[in-house]
Amino acid sequence: MTGPIIEARDVVLSFGRTPALRGAELAAHPGEILAIMGPSGSGKTTLLHCLAGILVPDSGEIHFGGRRIDTLSETARSTLRRDRFGFVFQFGQLVPELTAEENIALPLLLAGAKRPAALKEAADWCARLGLDGLEKRRSGELSGGQAQRVALARGLVAGPEVLFADEPTGSLDSLSGEQVMDLLVAAARERGTTVVVVTHEPRVAAYADREVIVRDGKVSGLPAARAS
Amino acid sequence: MSVPLTFLGLLERAPSHGYDLKRDYDAFFSRGKPLPFGQVYATLGRLARDGKVVVAESEAGAGPERKRYVITDKGATEFETWLAEPVEAVPHLQTVLFAKVVLALMLGRDAAGYLDAQRSAHLRRMRELTEVKRTGGLVDALLADHGLFHLESDLRWMDLTAARLDALAETVRS
Repeated sequence: MTGPIIEARDVVLSFGRTPALRGAELAAHPGEILAIMGPSGSGKTTLLHCLAGILVPDSGEIHFGGRRIDTLSETARSTLRRDRFGFVFQFGQLVPELTAEENIALPLLLAGAKRPAALKEAADWCARLGLDGLEKRRSGELSGGQAQRVALARGLVAGPEVLFADEPTGSLDSLSGEQVMDLLVAAARERGTTVVVVTHEPRVAAYADREVIVRDGKVSGLPAARAS
Repeated sequence: MSVPLTFLGLLERAPSHGYDLKRDYDAFFSRGKPLPFGQVYATLGRLARDGKVVVAESEAGAGPERKRYVITDKGATEFETWLAEPVEAVPHLQTVLFAKVVLALMLGRDAAGYLDAQRSAHLRRMRELTEVKRTGGLVDALLADHGLFHLESDLRWMDLTAARLDALAETVRS
C-alpha cells in the first residue's frame, strides 16, 4: 500500500481567539476521492485550505507526497498550488473578463505554456465536458452549471495531483450538480487524480470513496483508513 | 410493489401474455428478484376470477403458452384509482432511528456514536446507489434517485438530532 499523498497531522488553527481546527488529522491516498463533511462552521473549509497550502496552521503539520509543506515560504506554497494542485470553488470564481476557454487555459498560461497550445488544450476540455460552442462566451453568458464545468476544467487542465473542491455543486440545482460531479469523478478516475471535496450535501459525498466528518475542529471517523 | 396492480398497469398499456408480463415486470420492477412463473399465473388467475382481466383469443407470444390477457373496465378503474392515490407518507425508517436515539439517551449510551455509525451506513448505501446511477440506465437512475433522496432526508434528521443531543438527553431523562 502506498502512503498518503496529502496528510494533516494534529493541525491546530485559530482565527484570533476563535479556534477553527483543534488537532485535525486526515490523510488521502493517491487516486482516492475523499469527502470532508460537517456542519457549518465546523472547520471543514479551513482544513481544506490548510491541506492546500492556502492557510498555515498555528501548529501541526501538512505533508504532500511525503514532504512537509506548511513550513515552506509563501512563494514556494504558491508555486506548489499552481503546479501540483487544482481548485474548484462553490461559485466557480471565473475571471469575468475572460472567455470560457481563456479561463480554462489560465493555469497553463500562468505555468508558461504558449497561448495557442493552452487554448487548444482548453478546447479539448470544453469538448470533454460538453461545453462545445461555448468556448468564446464570458462567464456572465454561461449558466451556473456551464460556469461550474468551466471551473472544473480549469481545475483539471494542468494535470494536478490533487484537486481541492469546496462545495463544487453548492450553487447548482440537483441535475446540474449531478452532471458536474459525474464529470469530476470520471475525469479524476481517468487521470488518477486525488480529490478532496468539502461538502455538506450527502449526495455529493456519495460520489467519494470515503467520507470524514469534521466537528468542532476535529475529524471524526477513521481519518487514515484506506478506501477499499 | 403490488404485483396484481402492476400487471393491471402493464395490461392497460396493451393486452399481453403471461410470459411477456413477467418479462416486463422483471425488467422494470423486480430489482434483481425475478417473479416466479407460478406467481405470474396465480396472479393472473385471481385477476381473471375477480373480473379484472379476461382471457382473449389464444395465440403465440414470446413464450410457449398462448393465453392472452386483456384488462376489463373493472380492472382499469381499479388501476386508475390506485395510480391517482398518493402513497401514505410514513417515514418508515425514521421511527427506528428515533427509537434508537431516544433509548440510547435514556440509557446513557453513546447516541452520538450510534448516529455516526448510522450516518456512515447511510452514506455507504448512497455510494452504492450513486454507482448504480453512474453505470446503469435511466430507469435504474430513477429508482436510485428515489432511494437517495429518502436516505438524504434521514441524514438531515440525523444531523439535526446530533446537534440537539444534549438538550434531548435532558428531556428524555427528566
